[in-house]
This record gives sequence, structure tokens and C-alpha cells, in this order.
Amino acid sequence: MLKQEIRKKLMEVVGPSWFLDKPHELVAYSYDATPMYQKMPDAVVLPETTEQVSKVMKIAAEYQIKVIPRGAATNLSGGTVPVEGGLVIGLNRMNKLLEIDQENLTATVQPGFVTADLHQAVEKLGLFYPPDPGSMKTSTLGGNIAEGAGGLRGLKYGVTKDYVIALEAVLPNGEIIHTGGKLAKDVAGYDLTKLLIGSEGTLAIITEATLKLLPLPETKKAVVAMFKSMTDAAKAVSKIIANRRIPVTLEFMDQGTIRVVEDYAKIGLPVEAVAILLMEQDGTPEQVNKDISIMAQTCKDEHAFEVKIAKDEAEGEQLMLARRTALTALARLKPTTILEDATVPRSEIANLVDHINKTAKKNNIQICTFGHAGDGNLHPTCLTDSRDKDEMERVEKAFDEIYEKTIELGGTITGEHGVGIAKAGYLEWKIGKEGIMLMKGIKKAFDPENLLNPGKLFTETTRPRRVIQK
Amino acid sequence: MTNHPTISLGISEDDLLNCTQCGTCLPVCPTYKIQPNETANPRGRLALMKATQDGILQMSDIASSLDMCLGCRACEVACPSGVNYGHILEQAKEAISSNTNYSMPVKIIRKVFMDTLLPHPKRMKWVKGGLRIYQKSGLQKIVRKSGILKVMPWHMDTFESVLPDVGPMFLHLPSNVTPELKEHSKEKPLIAFFTGCIQDAMFHETNRNTMKLLKASGYPVVVPDGQTCCGAIHAHAGEMDKAKKLAKKNIEMLERVKADYLVNNQGGCGAMMKEYDKLLEHDPQWAERAKEFVKKVKDINEILALVDELPDFKPIHEVITYQDSCHLLNVQGVKVQPRQLIHSIPGVQFEEMVSAGTCCGSAGTYNITHHEHSMEILDAKMLDVQATNATTVVTANPGCLLQMRIGIKRAGLEGKVRAVHIVDLLAEALKEDVKIN
Ligand SMILES: Cc1cc2nc3c(=O)[nH]c(=O)nc-3n(C[C@H](O)[C@H](O)[C@H](O)COP(=O)(O)OP(=O)(O)OC[C@H]3O[C@@H](n4cnc5c(N)ncnc54)[C@H](O)[C@@H]3O)c2cc1C
Ligand code: SF4
Ligand code: SF4
Repeated sequence: MLKQEIRKKLMEVVGPSWFLDKPHELVAYSYDATPMYQKMPDAVVLPETTEQVSKVMKIAAEYQIKVIPRGAATNLSGGTVPVEGGLVIGLNRMNKLLEIDQENLTATVQPGFVTADLHQAVEKLGLFYPPDPGSMKTSTLGGNIAEGAGGLRGLKYGVTKDYVIALEAVLPNGEIIHTGGKLAKDVAGYDLTKLLIGSEGTLAIITEATLKLLPLPETKKAVVAMFKSMTDAAKAVSKIIANRRIPVTLEFMDQGTIRVVEDYAKIGLPVEAVAILLMEQDGTPEQVNKDISIMAQTCKDEHAFEVKIAKDEAEGEQLMLARRTALTALARLKPTTILEDATVPRSEIANLVDHINKTAKKNNIQICTFGHAGDGNLHPTCLTDSRDKDEMERVEKAFDEIYEKTIELGGTITGEHGVGIAKAGYLEWKIGKEGIMLMKGIKKAFDPENLLNPGKLFTETTRPRRVIQK
Repeated sequence: MTNHPTISLGISEDDLLNCTQCGTCLPVCPTYKIQPNETANPRGRLALMKATQDGILQMSDIASSLDMCLGCRACEVACPSGVNYGHILEQAKEAISSNTNYSMPVKIIRKVFMDTLLPHPKRMKWVKGGLRIYQKSGLQKIVRKSGILKVMPWHMDTFESVLPDVGPMFLHLPSNVTPELKEHSKEKPLIAFFTGCIQDAMFHETNRNTMKLLKASGYPVVVPDGQTCCGAIHAHAGEMDKAKKLAKKNIEMLERVKADYLVNNQGGCGAMMKEYDKLLEHDPQWAERAKEFVKKVKDINEILALVDELPDFKPIHEVITYQDSCHLLNVQGVKVQPRQLIHSIPGVQFEEMVSAGTCCGSAGTYNITHHEHSMEILDAKMLDVQATNATTVVTANPGCLLQMRIGIKRAGLEGKVRAVHIVDLLAEALKEDVKIN
């Protein structure tokens, strides 16, 4: 428990009902959506304004208390687990949509505003906020920004980082900074906005964000193609892009995933398919129809055994829903679900999937893979049981091998889920010792006393690299 | 943490491990909406139960969080991992209730309601008789004037004001009705009508209307003796043994009458009865019988939606909206039928409400035990009702109906908006009155 004096000060700032430190309250803030990480904080505060966040941070700095910013805790890298105890700042009461500026096409939100609620609000006005992580009905925009979240529409529209144009944030010393603005161009010094995106709560606490909006595309359409071979599916992906068609979404599921999703959602996916591509295009009706028919034809040319064009938007949504629920549908099978986030250049997808399947077989574990084929971001998902020590060792070994291969193929250890604690051991593999030194320097410039989200990103123990057996 | 010895909740580890903490259930949870605190959402509640099971927390630590849960089970429908939240919650509550020494007033209420009244239809009639005397003797007027209700516990004033006119005590439902067979129409399956303990005491007219509608739709109906309370209130309070006893009585009752369906008009009771198979799954003598029973339980909305030719309806020119009953929607999966039925009345302009599927805060006895939270949820709901411009709010469960009436009163909409049970709306629309006795 925090000292009485500190508790009193914090209660004064946020009000007694929004200061939590009863045993059950601490348990409720000890985890996020990442399996196998849990640690209790010493206290939780739920502030309502930027000023309160700033005051809380000043108290924390005065007493040298670690602080962990937290949105909806849906991240998959252990980012909100208080590994060193400390004070969790939950941003869920700061959940207002402050402004939709129809002249500048921007939306300004508090960090706790939920992603899908923003979609709804802007779409009513004929506007569009493209980033759509699978967790969008729950996740907060602050969490999306701090995690640099991606989504299904990333191929055509980019990801969260492409839409954040201004931020207000509280620094570890409690000072409030403003970065960027409602500007299309801005080169005044270092780009602090971009630096805070994906900083995983280790540099500053985001308290307000201005996001870029687009006009809402007139219509959209979906098409699915089933393949008997992974290589054919991968070829279709490359060819569609080579044909200068950029679909909004180009998602992929392997056989293991297809079976589980079908069992859960019962939407008539053929369980004999080895790979499915789910594609969506938006725009004017003419453009959409044209692109969809080219994409459908390309898949047929690459030996898709069935190609189905959704008859309307509702049917398209239904198909996409299948992909959105893939992860949690997989989670029904085994007690522990470990979702990874390997990303390679698009052209290497078939190679990586092949390697994943071989590695799983060799280590006698079950891995289903799905992901964003269009941008090379795959989610090999291991279905296991954390109580089985022996199997867990094999899982770790398999993922070491998968990441080794990912890097070899020119890829990265995480495309969108962030490093947190789960990937900290791999960060050096990707960015090297020099990269780590530079990032630590940046961390020090913002947070010299290492108060914000300690234990994330960096680790003392980089994983030893294994040599890949060819 | 506290130093009491830990008592495990008796929930299977696999059940608890099923939750991946993905958070998909957060946006559908009504208590999380009014209190954006992790202890007030399903993921948090499951984590707390797990921590208790693991001995990290005490039952007393988590009671407040579980008590705040409405038990609406919207989270269960939203959960892609198939977590049986309702079942897990009931197990936890059972463990807590058998280890809790309730304060005297709470003990008395639990005893009076669960043991002395609900399981005894005759005694429920006396409750009704008492209410009738209260309403008709002039006593109600005097009491209301005196202001005494305002100082009564348990928000008596709120409930007293929305109680329906209960009707004379001697009114009985007929023991059976037989429709005249129209030419060409096939003989319909026999329906046993489950009257419900609270429903029959408070909403006798709705029960009569249910029988009328069934008759007008061509179904022969019997009202079997020996039916008793469904046990929902007992189960939700963690009194599983009592719930099981009641379940067995009802199963025996249906076996005796040999009807094809057991029809009821209360989403909550129907949901409870449809889960007798889960309730009795570990009882070798009863497990099979419970499964057979469950197959026959149907909500009135389900039965009427099956009818190939509904009775003729006269037009009702009103804007109407529908508030789902949580257990009808989330447990029984009945969503389209009531909407279709409302649509089948000519002249109706149906407006779907944005939050129709979200709990109104009534939740069994929640609006008594957690009055403030319940009213906060209700007031938000009333804003959505108003946004539809509806003059009639339709529900399919007595608890929801009373709650909507409280909501109408709180929002100052009395005289402008009414709340009715779907059966009463359909009966009102019947072109020809149907005689049942
Ligand atoms: C079912 C499911 C599907 C998913 N699909 C996707 C997907 O398609 N694409 C994708 O990219 N991710 C996905 N994710 C991961 C996750 O949802 C995203 O990372 C999301 O952005 C996290 O948002 P959150 O509000 O839950 O943040 P949290 O989990 O609460 O926090 C994430 C990180 O941000 C920090 N943080 C949170 N708020 C602030 C703030 N205001 N200021 C500073 N730091 C802050 C935290 O400290 C933490 O490090 C998925 C997760 C699940 C469970
Ligand atoms: S109950 Fe289901 S939806 Fe909710 S967090 Fe757990 S797995 Fe996810
Ligand atoms: S049952 Fe209802 S109130 Fe309880 S946790 Fe689930 S959604 Fe929330």
C-alpha cells in the first residue's frame, strides 16, 4: 500500500471514489489481454481532466512512484501490466469526443474515447476514420496511439500513426506539452507527435489527440477466395497488388483458423480450404465493382477453387466479422492462446507461413495463422496450456525460430502489437545494440527517473539467438 | 490481503481459464457503462473470481463487485471464447451465500420471499388479496397522502406507485380452453401454460390475455396444477438447492400433463426453466428428465411466431418501441419474434431503440438491492426511449415492465408514454374478443 500521506494527496486530486486500492481493485488492474503476465499495482487512479493527470504525475514524481498509463487493457504485449508495482492511471473517464471539425476534417478526442464510437460519430457526418484494430469496440484511442495500432484497413489507408496530427500529453515531471496541430504541413523541429505514437506509455501520458479524417467512401464490397494451396493464395496477393489494385483489406486465414472460425460463426466457410483470402474494396460503385471483379479474376487465375462476391454490404460485413473474431474464436480451443505478430515484406508471406507450419510440426505444438496478407503482417497463434511446462518450453523455442526466420526474411518482431514485456527480449534482434542505445537515450530525455511504464520495451536479458537449422 | 482462511469458489479451473481477457465483453456491460472501473465489468469480475479461487482474494473482497452485476448475461453473448459467465457467476454466488452471515433484515427478506411466498401459489394469492384490499379500500389514497412511503425502506414509494391494479382475488384462470377448430386447420399441439408466481399475482390480466391469444391462434391450453416458482430468484441469489427442488417439482408437473409445450410469458422464468438441464446435469436421476423438459419450454413470443395464421388484428396507430428482456434475448435468443409480432399489427410505426438489447436495470431484485445504480441505468435508457418518439414501450417480462413504468415516471412522461407487456398489446389489437371463461 502507498503511504497514507500519498493516498490522501491522490484522493484530493481525483476524488475518493476514483482512487482505488482495495485488494480486489488491485487485482482488477493487474492484467491486460496478454496471457501469463500478472502483477498487482499499489494503487489505481481514474482522473477526469488533463490537470488531474498532471497533478497526479507531479505527486508520483515527488515520491518517485512508478506510473502505468492504461486504456482498455486490450494490448497483447503486456503493456499495462504493472511489473514493478506502482500507480495505474486509468484514462477511461476521459472519454469525451471534444470536437469534429468539418472544415479541417479533424476530430479531437480525449484518450479514453473508444475507437468504434469515433467511427460511428464521424460516419454519421459522412466522414471516415480508417484505423480499425480488431479490438476497436473496446480499445481506446489513447491506447491505439500509444501502441501504434494497425487494423484491417491498413493496406490502403495506413494505420493509426498516419492519422494523428496533434497531441496533448503530460510528461513524467507533470508538465503538459502540445505537439503538432491541425496542419497538413509542420516541420517545426523534431516530430514529437510521431515520437509519442507507439511509445507504449513510456515517454508521456497522452491526454488529448487530434486525428485526421477522410471523406467516407460511397460504398464497399467484399469478395472471398478459397485456395487449396498457400503458395497460390500468396501469389494471388502479389498479383493483385502488381495489377495496381490496392484493396482496403486483404486478409488471410489458414486452414486451422478457418475450421475454428466456421465452428464458431457458422457462416459457411469451406473447411477443406487450405487458405482463404478475404478482400474488401471501397470507393465509388463503378470503381468498386471494377476492382472486385479484377481481384476475383486474379484469384481464379491463381487456382482459387471458389470465389464468392458478397451480394451486399451486410453480407460483406458478415464475412469480415469472421476475420475479426478469428483470434478469440481460436482462444476457445485451449486454455492459453499466444498470439504473435510477425511481419515480413508482402512477397515473403508464403515462405513465412511455410516455415511456421514446419516449426509447429517439429516442436509438436498447434499454431494457426491468420493476418493481414496485404501488408505482410501475420498472426501465428499458438493454442496451448500454460500449465504444461514442457509444452511451454517447446512453444518458446518455436517462436524463437519463427522470429529468427522473420528477421532473416527482412521482417520485424512486431507489426502492430508493440514490444511491451512480451517482446522486450527480441527488440535487439530487430534494431541492434546501437538502436537500443539510441532508444534508451530518448527515454532518458523524456523520463530521466524512469517513472513511466518501467520494465517495458527494454530488458536486461535479450534472448539468445538460435541458429536456424535449414 | 485479509487473513481469513480461503474457501474456494468451487468453479472449474478450465471454465475460468477460458477467459482470455480480450475485453470484447466490456462495451456491452451496463454496469461498466455507468462506472468505468475494471471491477465493474465482466472481465474484471471473472478475474476476481479466479483470484478468489486461487486464494489471492477472499470471498468478502469480491462480493461487492459481483453484487453490482445485473446478471443480464449480455457479456456471455458477446464473448467469442464461449465463457459461461452466467453459470460461473451462479456458482460463485452459491459459495458466497453459503458462507455469508446475512444481517437480520436481509435474512428475513430472503426467508420470506424465497421460502415462504414464492414457492406457494396459494400464499401468493393472499399477497395479491392484500394488495387488492390496499388498492381498493381507500387505504392507498390515505397512505399516499400521508407521505409515509417516502420514509419506508427499500424505495417502497417508487414501487408502490407503479404496481398494476391487481384485480379481484377470486379471479382464476380457467383450467383449460379449447379453440373451435376452423375448417382445414390442422390440430395444434397441446400447450401447458406456466403462469408464474409473481406474474399471476400481479399481472393476472396478462395471463388471461396470453390464454386468449393462444386460443385465438388455435392452440388448446391447459393450466396444470402443481406448478411452482421457476426458482430464478433463488438461483441468482446463490440458493441452488432450493432452485433445484423447485425445478424438480415443475418437471414432475409437466410429465404429468403430457403437453407438447410449456409456454410462459416471462423472459426471466423462461430462461431459468430452459436451463434446468444445466442445473440438474450432475443429478443422474434427473439429468435426462430435465433435458426432455427443456425441449418443451417456449416463450409466448416463440409460439406465436410459429403460428401460420395469426388472429386478425385491428390497427393501432402509434409509434412503438421494444425493450428486450435480457434473459429472453441473451439466454433464450429470442430477438426477432417479438419485433415481428409488433410489426404484424396494422398501423403500428415500429422504431428500434439504440440500446434495446441492453439491460434496463431491473434485473430481478436489483432495483431494490442496488437502487441508485439501477436508476442510473434506467435514466440513460429513458433517453433512448425518448429518442424513438414512441408512445408505447413494449416489454416481455414483468420485472422489465415495472421498471419501464418507473422510468416513465422519473422522466416525467406519464400520460405521454405507456409501458405494456407484448401480450397485452396483441390482445388489445385483437379484432374479436376471445372468451376464455
Ligand atoms: C481481440 C483483439 C484484437 C486485436 N486486434 C488488433 C489489431 O487488429 N491491430 C492492432 O494493432 N492491435 C490489435 N489488438 C491489440 C490492442 O487492441 C491494441 O494494441 C489497442 O491499441 C490497445 O488499446 P487499449 O486502449 O486497450 O490500450 P491499453 O492496452 O490499455 O494500452 C496499450 C499501451 O498503451 C499505453 N497507453 C494506453 N493509454 C495511454 C495514454 N493515454 N497515454 C500513454 N500511454 C497509454 C499503455 O501503457 C500500454 O503500453 C487486438 C487485441 C485484441 C484483444
Ligand atoms: S469473458 Fe469473453 S469477451 Fe470477456 S474478456 Fe473474457 S474471453 Fe473476452
Ligand atoms: S451479466 Fe450483465 S452486468 Fe453482469 S458482467 Fe455481464 S454484462 Fe455486465
